[in-house]
Amino acid sequence: MNTLKDKTVLIADDDMDIITQLSLQLTKIGMKVITAETQKDAESIIEKTKPDLAIFDLMMDNRDSGFILSYKLKKKYPEVPVIIITGVTADTGMMFGLESEEQKKWIKADLYLEKGLRPEQLQMEIKKLLKI
Amino acid sequence: MATLKVLIVDDEPGIRSGIKRILSNYFVDFPFLDEEFTFELQEAGSGEDAIEIIDKNNTDIVLLDNKLPGMDGIEVLEYINKKEFDCSVMMITSYASLDLAVKATNNGAYNFVPKPFTPQELKAAMEGITKNLYLRRMTKKLNKEGKQVRFQFLSVLSHELKSPINAIEGYLRIMKDRQVGNNIDDYEVMLNRSLERISGMRTLIMDMLDLTKLESNKKALDVKKIDIVDIATLSKDTMTPMAIQKNIKIFIDSNPEHIFLLAEPEKIEIIFNNLISNAVKYNKDNGEVNCVLREENNKIKISVSDTGIGMSEEDIPKLFQEFMRIKNEKTKAISGSGLGLSILKKIVEEVFHGSISVASIPDKGTTFTIEIPKINIPL
Repeated sequence: MNTLKDKTVLIADDDMDIITQLSLQLTKIGMKVITAETQKDAESIIEKTKPDLAIFDLMMDNRDSGFILSYKLKKKYPEVPVIIITGVTADTGMMFGLESEEQKKWIKADLYLEKGLRPEQLQMEIKKLLKI
Repeated sequence: MATLKVLIVDDEPGIRSGIKRILSNYFVDFPFLDEEFTFELQEAGSGEDAIEIIDKNNTDIVLLDNKLPGMDGIEVLEYINKKEFDCSVMMITSYASLDLAVKATNNGAYNFVPKPFTPQELKAAMEGITKNLYLRRMTKKLNKEGKQVRFQFLSVLSHELKSPINAIEGYLRIMKDRQVGNNIDDYEVMLNRSLERISGMRTLIMDMLDLTKLESNKKALDVKKIDIVDIATLSKDTMTPMAIQKNIKIFIDSNPEHIFLLAEPEKIEIIFNNLISNAVKYNKDNGEVNCVLREENNKIKISVSDTGIGMSEEDIPKLFQEFMRIKNEKTKAISGSGLGLSILKKIVEEVFHGSISVASIPDKGTTFTIEIPKINIPL
């Protein structure tokens, strides 16, 4: 029973290899994948399409593209879960946990993940977010 | 106009109101500032009251009598010092002794005004302390901003270095798990992408080294008389294999035939390598790269034009930022560290005291022009 089947996921990342890899993983479990390589492209996709889930890279055209996209998506579709992924975290002192209420106020994402996650872990997190 | 909070600490009400009268309509300005400083005055009759006020308000300047009923002025000063409040203290006292002066200076008092003082003396002292406070705060702010810039650079750098590792790691995992089957041919694209990311990372590391060398401000050691036409030709030869793949022709046109300059050959090489490799990378198939070298009026002019994809007006100012890469449909397949042009600009401006400019038309091409004065070359 694969209930993730036919769910649409929007992936925005300026790294085409990460897009390739995520797309491969997610299409393998039956999800429909829409991709964007720039913040701008992702914004115009959001205008027209409502995905079931979004995965945004943090640093794209802007250093905080992921947050901006997340904010815009949530404004339009508050119920769509957002995962922000990034390669930069603890070692540069840049931590964006989503634990406290105050952080949740301005960071509109539901989950914050590091790049290099194993496919099974990602699948598990997606299922949790989609309540499957 | 800025207002500084001044706290007058003296047990004699007459002194307090005297100071208040002198400073209430007084302001300080400096030729190098746009701002005028006025003073908002507060009073305290004892050291204990003074501490309470300092704790509560952001006090900028304290005018402090030493001889107070309870705790004395030096103790107030020690307290301010220990708590690291950002304020300047001026001692106003009639019992000035060397011992007291040493103690106060050790605790960070800015200066002394002996009692009794004339309004003129007090005003002059206020001017000095205001200037000192302003400059101290300015310095602190600039240091902080400098650190901030450094931190931003490092965090972007770590992002740029980690991205290829993440990508390659991802592909290796896919291969290890044989996610698309057991046939090695099906992994061809992933293998090629991994190799490309590794070579991109190598370029980034080389560029980083160039940048570090520039930033360490090492005096030019290897300066010699060089013919920049030779170096341009060398650079053309280096880039030719890349150009052949896209059937791009590189031309060098120099007038006079040889242009000599006293410089480090390595720096001039970086300039040509950067300009010509960009002109090839961002060119179209069957395009041209024209490298024009001129010497006139004690100036050397280098311009490199391509017949490539060009860029929009709004992208031009972003070009020279570190790690900036113009991202769009046309550039997404082109790899680069995003450091090349910021290195180039640094060399042109800081080493050769020259200038660099860009002209571009989308889909027609881009011209980079560098002008270097022939004098002014560091020896």
